[in-house]
Amino acid sequence: MNPTVSDSFGARVDAALADRNLKLAVERTAGTAEAKRTLAVDAFPDFDAARDRAAAIKDHVVANLGFYLERFEANATAAGAHVHWARTAQEACDIVIRLCKQADAKSVARSKSMLGEEIGLPHALAEAGITRIETDLAEHIIQLSGERPSHIIWPAMHKTREQVSALFRTSHRNPHEEETIAAMAESARRHLREGMLAADVGISGANFLVADTGAVCTVTNEGNAELSLVPPRMHIVTAGIEKIVPSTGHAVHMLRMLSRSATGAPLSQYTTFYTGPKRPGDRDGPEEMHIVLVDNGRTTMREEGLAEMLRCIRCGACMNHCVVFRQIGGHAYGGTYPGPMGAVLTPAFDGLKQSRDLPNACTLNGKCQEVCPVRIPLPTLLRGWREKSWREGLEPASLRSGLALWAWFARRPRLYRAATATALASMRLMGRSGWLSTLPLAGGWTRYRDMPRPPADSFMAQYKKKLGKGPRP
Amino acid sequence: MTRPRVALFVTCLVDLIRPRIGFASIAALEAAGCEVIVPEAQTCCGQPALNSGDRKTAEDLARRTIAALEPYDHVVIPSGSCAATIRVHYPEILEHDASWGPRAAALAARTYEIMAYLDEVRGWKPDGVALPATATYHDSCSGLRELGIKRQPRRLLAAVDGLALRPLDGAETCCGFGGTFCVKYPAISNAIVGEKAAAIDATGADLLLAGDLGCLMNMAGKLHRDGSPVRAFHAIELVAGMGDGPAIGEDA
Ligand code: SF4
Repeated sequence: MNPTVSDSFGARVDAALADRNLKLAVERTAGTAEAKRTLAVDAFPDFDAARDRAAAIKDHVVANLGFYLERFEANATAAGAHVHWARTAQEACDIVIRLCKQADAKSVARSKSMLGEEIGLPHALAEAGITRIETDLAEHIIQLSGERPSHIIWPAMHKTREQVSALFRTSHRNPHEEETIAAMAESARRHLREGMLAADVGISGANFLVADTGAVCTVTNEGNAELSLVPPRMHIVTAGIEKIVPSTGHAVHMLRMLSRSATGAPLSQYTTFYTGPKRPGDRDGPEEMHIVLVDNGRTTMREEGLAEMLRCIRCGACMNHCVVFRQIGGHAYGGTYPGPMGAVLTPAFDGLKQSRDLPNACTLNGKCQEVCPVRIPLPTLLRGWREKSWREGLEPASLRSGLALWAWFARRPRLYRAATATALASMRLMGRSGWLSTLPLAGGWTRYRDMPRPPADSFMAQYKKKLGKGPRP
Repeated sequence: MTRPRVALFVTCLVDLIRPRIGFASIAALEAAGCEVIVPEAQTCCGQPALNSGDRKTAEDLARRTIAALEPYDHVVIPSGSCAATIRVHYPEILEHDASWGPRAAALAARTYEIMAYLDEVRGWKPDGVALPATATYHDSCSGLRELGIKRQPRRLLAAVDGLALRPLDGAETCCGFGGTFCVKYPAISNAIVGEKAAAIDATGADLLLAGDLGCLMNMAGKLHRDGSPVRAFHAIELVAGMGDGPAIGEDA
């Protein structure tokens, strides 16, 4: 069973933990990605210096966003593209739908883009009655099964190969005969190519927007971006405004960080820079190219202490290495973006009230920050959300009062010692052996783990006795 | 500095759950030539408040802890996460405070996790300590990532005669404790520590060692619930020659 977004976080987590297939599927993909990234990073000369440079590039752009966006607009326009600006998700969808209608589009071919998910584009296209063909293999699987992506690089990572095979058998016109990866890929290829070639409009996201050339860069491992964007009459790009980089050289640096962090590959199979529509004399390419630059809360994030999050290049390393993501998968996060980066982004996009669990459901172990290619201090940003949640009174009353009581004693060492002595004495009564298997108020612990029975006297009490006098102040 | 006056910060878990870690710390520090004082005004470093988002309480406890600990040459803590709270987070959360900010920074610079202190600052090794056993070591997250604790405990443990360390698969992977995380999201925490316990069992070692009591309670509690024979100790207990006593959860 796939947990749905409308469930509470707790319900989604329970569903995810009960799903053995999910665990198997996530472990296969994330485990492989983790191992490959380690090899790629070890082989890279001074990866840490390269990360510093990548972070500096993004920080510079985020601090000077207006300058580079104007530059990008001027150069993209000079190359023949049309640039549109959208403040919200709704505005962005409206622009795309209007353009599709202008092009009299019956069907669009979409190359995977997380921004498209973020603004709800699949839904908007359906509402407008426009047929959508998802051309990324994993996104195709998601579309066939009527689900949402569970990872930003592998949207269908929660599905096992066996589940995908079964899905293709029922949904493809000429399904594969043998259950091998090659036969399944061939089946998807047959199915998808028809759709790509028949589409009126191709829609993509952007991995990078290059300010000084006006180019849009996409990265795929399947070549589906190229195949779905070149044949249609119109190419529409939707991109977050933070995707900008100053020059092609900067884009290339970021690409090297992106692919190594995401899949461990030195570069992705296909990397394309699109600059404007088809020119006179070109043999192929779209007649019109539109670029929709989307804010959707990004400017606010910059103002509200989340500027570092705008460095994110959507590589997915943080989630691949996250102990919590590895247990519960992406759907449990309930937003467009899962894992540590999603736990920072979802409260910004959907509101903290609905998503306060996400920044809390983290052990703050710091692995995500250790692997992030642009050094986003994810634990610090998550702690920032927790503070906001506390200030706004969103944390549960039981936690607030428990913590308040404990803090009251912690401020008064004498009373603290007296209170802890009482607590130890009562805990001593609860078990004879060294372990307690039930403990009032600590059911969350003892449901799964035993608790060592505390000593009769605290360290401080024992120490005092040993010294034979009070410890020196 | 020939004989530094060292304040031992005991951590609330050590104080209440396993005092042996405090006594082992004193023994090792004294063997390493320190004068050890346990300031009575200490309670808890405030980490639970900090990580729950209760910034005001965290700052308040930070000020009190600083005041209790700052008269000493060094502050030493048998916990990577509490040491990181003082070393890394106190200066951050008090940065805005003109009088306490500099005091926090000054204390941070004199505060050490115990393994790093014994190994790097004191250049000390246990002498004549023997324990014939096989052990495996878990690198707790805060110590590892915020303070770079990795080689120091291994160097100290290598000096224990007869102790053989076995590598732990995923030694740097979080055990799922995470302070209040383990009680706020117990099912996820359980899934994580379940895998950790299986990896520990798979080493075939007699002992599980680590440098943070919170993580140790989590892993040992899971191992015990699952019926595993692996016994858990704080690494300082072995280093101080107290590895032949009761393990975590064993009756004294
Ligand atoms: S936060 Fe860092 S690691 Fe995570 S997706 Fe973004 S760039 Fe990658």
